Amino acid sequence: MKELINFLSIPQYAFTSLLILFFIGIKKIDFVGSKKFGKILFWGTIIFFLWAMTDSVFFATISWPDNIPIGILIAIVLWSTWFSIHKAVENDARIAKGEPPIEGTPENREKVWTWPNLVYTELFAIIACTIFLVVWAILFKAPLEEPANPTWAPNPAKAPWYFLGLQEMLVYFDPWLAGVVLPGMIIVGLCAIPYIDINPLGNGYYTFKQRKFAITTFLFGWLVLWIFLIIVGTFLRGPNWTFYGPFEFWDHHKVVAENNINLSEIFWIKLLNVGLPQNIFLREILGILGTIGYFASVPLITKYWGKNYLKRMGNIRYYLMIGLMLVMMSLPIKMYLRWLINLKYIVFMPEFEFNI
Amino acid sequence: MSKKSFAEYVANTQVWKSIFRHGPPDNARNRAAVVAGNVFLHLHPIKLKKSGVQLGYTWCMGGLTFFIFLALTITGVLLMFYYRPTAEYAFTDIIALREHVPLGIMRELHRWGAHAMVITVWIHMFRVFMTGSYKPPREFNWGVGVILLTLTLLLSFTGYLLPWDQLAIWAITVGSNMAKATPLLGHGGPGAALAKIGDFVMVSDKNDVRFQLLGGRFVGEAALLRFYILHCVFIPIVVAVLIAVHFWRVRKDGGISAPL
Repeated sequence: MKELINFLSIPQYAFTSLLILFFIGIKKIDFVGSKKFGKILFWGTIIFFLWAMTDSVFFATISWPDNIPIGILIAIVLWSTWFSIHKAVENDARIAKGEPPIEGTPENREKVWTWPNLVYTELFAIIACTIFLVVWAILFKAPLEEPANPTWAPNPAKAPWYFLGLQEMLVYFDPWLAGVVLPGMIIVGLCAIPYIDINPLGNGYYTFKQRKFAITTFLFGWLVLWIFLIIVGTFLRGPNWTFYGPFEFWDHHKVVAENNINLSEIFWIKLLNVGLPQNIFLREILGILGTIGYFASVPLITKYWGKNYLKRMGNIRYYLMIGLMLVMMSLPIKMYLRWLINLKYIVFMPEFEFNI
Repeated sequence: MSKKSFAEYVANTQVWKSIFRHGPPDNARNRAAVVAGNVFLHLHPIKLKKSGVQLGYTWCMGGLTFFIFLALTITGVLLMFYYRPTAEYAFTDIIALREHVPLGIMRELHRWGAHAMVITVWIHMFRVFMTGSYKPPREFNWGVGVILLTLTLLLSFTGYLLPWDQLAIWAITVGSNMAKATPLLGHGGPGAALAKIGDFVMVSDKNDVRFQLLGGRFVGEAALLRFYILHCVFIPIVVAVLIAVHFWRVRKDGGISAPL
């Protein structure tokens, strides 16, 4: 059983199963939002955790003080996703019957006094939060390792947990993309959401059916990319950033064959059986064309998928959205290229430090 | 003197009346006065839609983020009494804090609170997205929120260096090495090699963005001081200003979102 879970946690299998589960979940959203599924999820996670905690390796990883917030994060993410979907499904059923969403019933539209209705809720939330933090602080000491030593790097050297998704991206992209351009695009993309999404429905209440595309895209970026990569980067990456299953001992001598090759080598050496051309632009021509072609595929996407969106949203909104989505999808695409054909770089120009 | 009459007596003293300029909030007039007359409570409207006070709708995550920010400010100021941001003292001060302060949990509260704030701010954003609360007229405030989220991560990141242990400097080394790869501005990034005049290299490890961030070519004492000031002074001030904007706009954009 543990071997099976170790095996399924290998990023390519874990990511593929997560993708499939995600889209099944979107298709069967009514079931995901039901109380029954919530109960299955709740008890399933608890039973899995209790069982997994009996394993010494898993226990050591999960109970390392700085990893505890990620355990809490996973629990909260699972709960908040289910709960918001649950409320959305409830509202969708009401809307289908011609009723207003639960937030819009005459009773809930009524105005109430801030004192005592809101201030007491806030007071209780503050007290609960304080108790939680104090208990956490008493139970777990803040970690402190040996004094800083610039001449000796620990292995693995990990960034703080909330950046481990970005550090995990370094496996697939160079730092200028994984550490600078893509995080920048995440911030820009998040800020752009309200200006891109001009759907007037679903403002101020939970719903799924009225905002299917927006919610699916957001959940994909949030759960499948961001949270998944953080979990992989935290729990499944050991020395030398090698993959280790959740029940696998971090053996420093684990050797993983890395024979990733660049697109130019596949093309010129493996396919055409000639040496790499001297001219770097000729050498990388396939990757350059491929990258340009990827972003130049917008008219095709528009023709087969986006015509109505373009009409509704106007030029700027539409092309901004497509551009951001292409950037987002470049991550899973690069991940699969790595897993399927051991591709290292699509464009490899170390002369300019320009590697994609 | 019975208990009730003692309370009445206190509420009738000149001192009490000078602080609270209205009677107990048990009628409409006083309930309005208690919120409008108190500088902290007046962040709230006097009345709001019932849907907006329900925990099932708001999850209280934005409010808790603000509360944790305040808690971190207080614990952080207390920690500053014990901590000197130099390579010589930083680590030993943390040890001293741990060894010499009986029952001390301030560092724990500060560290776990920082983690908790990252989580609550993410979940706050998630809730705001799922309820479509970024839609007009709240587009701008969503953008302010995204910047606040980024600054929260930066606050946590700069604080990560301060204990000056192995965990700290290597996490910051990994993180700040990314700045090296900034296109055009980092010496290891694309385009930097092209920025040359003859033999003169314009972007090198002695002047690129990472150098500006760390005050050096590696995570050393200058970086510790920079991160300390960013962490304790600069970013908190920016965050405080943006929080004011964020809260102001929540009110001006119509309060907690509800169906139109």
